[in-house]
Amino acid sequence: MKQHIISVLVENKAGVLARVAGLFSRRGFNIESLAVGTCETPGMSRITIVVIGDDTHIEQVKKQLNKLIDVIKITDITEKEHVERELALIKVHADPGSQRSEVMQIAGIFRAKIIDVGAQTLVLEITGDSEKIFAMESLLRPYGILELVRTGRVALQRGSLGSALRQ
Amino acid sequence: MRMKTGAAILIESLKEEGVEIIFGYPGGAVLPIYDELYDAELTHILVRHEQAAVHAADGYARASGRVGVCLSTSGPGACNLISGIATANMDSVPIVALTGQVPTGMLGNDAFQESDITGITLPITKHNYLVKDARDIKMTVKAAFYIAGTGRNGPVLIDLPKDVLTAKVAAEEVLSGEPELRGYKPTLKGHSKQIKKALELIYNAKKPVIYAGGGVITSGASEELIQLAEFFCLPVTTTLMGLGAIPADHPLNLGMLGMHGTEYANYAISESDLLIAIGARFDDRVTGKLSHFATHAKVIHIDIDPAEIGKNVNPDVPIVGDAKSVLADMICMAEKKGCISEPWLEQVKLWRKNHPLRVVNDGKVHPQNIIRKLSELLDGGGIIVSEVGQNQMWAAQHYGFKKPRQWISSGGLGTMGYGFPAAIGAWFAKPDETVVVIAGDGSFQMNIQELATVAQYKVPVKIVILNNMYLGMVRQWQELFYDRRYSYTELPPVDFVGIAKAYGIQGMRVDSVDQIDEALRTALDYDGPYLLDFRIDRGENVYPMVPAGAAISEMIGKHNHNGGSDI
Repeated sequence: MKQHIISVLVENKAGVLARVAGLFSRRGFNIESLAVGTCETPGMSRITIVVIGDDTHIEQVKKQLNKLIDVIKITDITEKEHVERELALIKVHADPGSQRSEVMQIAGIFRAKIIDVGAQTLVLEITGDSEKIFAMESLLRPYGILELVRTGRVALQRGSLGSALRQ
Repeated sequence: MRMKTGAAILIESLKEEGVEIIFGYPGGAVLPIYDELYDAELTHILVRHEQAAVHAADGYARASGRVGVCLSTSGPGACNLISGIATANMDSVPIVALTGQVPTGMLGNDAFQESDITGITLPITKHNYLVKDARDIKMTVKAAFYIAGTGRNGPVLIDLPKDVLTAKVAAEEVLSGEPELRGYKPTLKGHSKQIKKALELIYNAKKPVIYAGGGVITSGASEELIQLAEFFCLPVTTTLMGLGAIPADHPLNLGMLGMHGTEYANYAISESDLLIAIGARFDDRVTGKLSHFATHAKVIHIDIDPAEIGKNVNPDVPIVGDAKSVLADMICMAEKKGCISEPWLEQVKLWRKNHPLRVVNDGKVHPQNIIRKLSELLDGGGIIVSEVGQNQMWAAQHYGFKKPRQWISSGGLGTMGYGFPAAIGAWFAKPDETVVVIAGDGSFQMNIQELATVAQYKVPVKIVILNNMYLGMVRQWQELFYDRRYSYTELPPVDFVGIAKAYGIQGMRVDSVDQIDEALRTALDYDGPYLLDFRIDRGENVYPMVPAGAAISEMIGKHNHNGGSDI
């Protein structure tokens, strides 16, 4: 069992996300994260799915995904040189005074941005790979994390290769 | 400016796709379509339950090789199509299902007779569409027919909201041309390097067997299959879906393999050193315990669907492509020729001689003998449509099919109630053929209302009910694996002849062996539909049988040398 990052290029049509996501659940896969948005080609979207499974099962899921009419191209970028990022927003308890400055210090170390300041809270924005986000999250936890939201991972292959379509 | 309604565009588009017949059932949301059908040059067959419409479209498609079309209203009508769509999906049958829908403004509102049919059928269609603009209807229909009937065939559903059907658009605004399907490019031609590798394996095999499935029928590859088999003297076993791909009496044909396959087919598979799977998917009813399936064999797997390769069995040589094209290339590229292993053929012949299918002549009405007699009277011709259960297995085992598309049966989904309406559809596809439905008393009652359709359109289908007053296949499992605790499988007697009569259909009840021949002749000679209610030996089982989870060589109810059986 290992983690796979699957990049799926799809037609930007109604119901396409349900088709893709439904396929995973029907075959008993838990999606670790899923991110979707438009991409470089008008009329298409790119879905980045992180999923855990053994190679045979992942291979089967990829083939099944390929059968969907609205799926144009699938790339398993786990094995390839790639960059991946995730963004998280964290609302953390930070009373004015020493607690607040400590939280701000942690944010500084992780190059996180403070995007909202409340009477007793700060909202931090952090971008990075999952480990970095996890590391900051665990440092902030003692202060009291009130809410946390993550975008899910997005990833691209490194190098000069263009859109999967033109490869 | 010439204006057209969405419904008119729909009918036009269907005609452009060459549709001649639709099986359907009207309702509120599809009133605009029915209004168009009132004077359209398109045959509409009114069934008595939407499930029958989709099964009939499926039977039509399987008999003709063309795309079958069914039509239902929204909500309950659409939901009644589901088991039929799933049936077509499992057996890769090209159908287009048209459903009505509430107006777009009311979608998601729990409106009267609303159901999210595109959501519901997502996992059981090859693709589906919800059309939101009348201008898109033509392109959607075109795409749907293309998707249904190419690559690995399958069902496509088009959901049509009522306001889209009534909307008026200018003729020149209707989108036309070739639909752009960037994500759908089926591979038809096999890779020549792979084909060469496959041929090498064949040259070097000592105990080769071809395992042919429904893909051979769909792709029209029967001739190529026989040619390849004869080229190298390769024994051929077929799946339930592949019956008819090679004539039953062909010397290389081993009949069906798997759970209720012939002993000799299962022995041949178990002993083989090369398995050539063509348009088959290593289904659990075929392989039995997968880890014990063809353990000594290298595997060549030819399939049009890349997802089938490696799904259950990892092949040594995978070839993605259309069976007809790949087999033709194989024959073309073969450098050697001639029987590759005489001793193996002798061995297979010996198994066949020593372990034939069991037929008993003890004065009781045995279903096997009825099927054999029917096969004899029709000289292995006609179109045989089965229901699901024991009736299906007896028909599959004992009918002597000669050609592809002669055998129509719900394989993957095993849908009871499929056969009778599918037979109606098959007859509309091939009105010159004798169409016989082989049914059990259980499955026949699942769509028995179609007697009305048969009567109304004078469909001359011959209904052969193998009546044991049981849900026989389940009863068989209860007998063998549940201590004979026959839980809810006994059915009270039904006067099927009386029911047929009420619909104005002729029928005859058969209680004894000496009536079988005459009864079948009467039904076949009769000009119109005819029902035969055979009261068969109630305890008859389907043998041989591979218990669930066992290896296919571990059959029970095997033939022994005393002419009886082991069970």
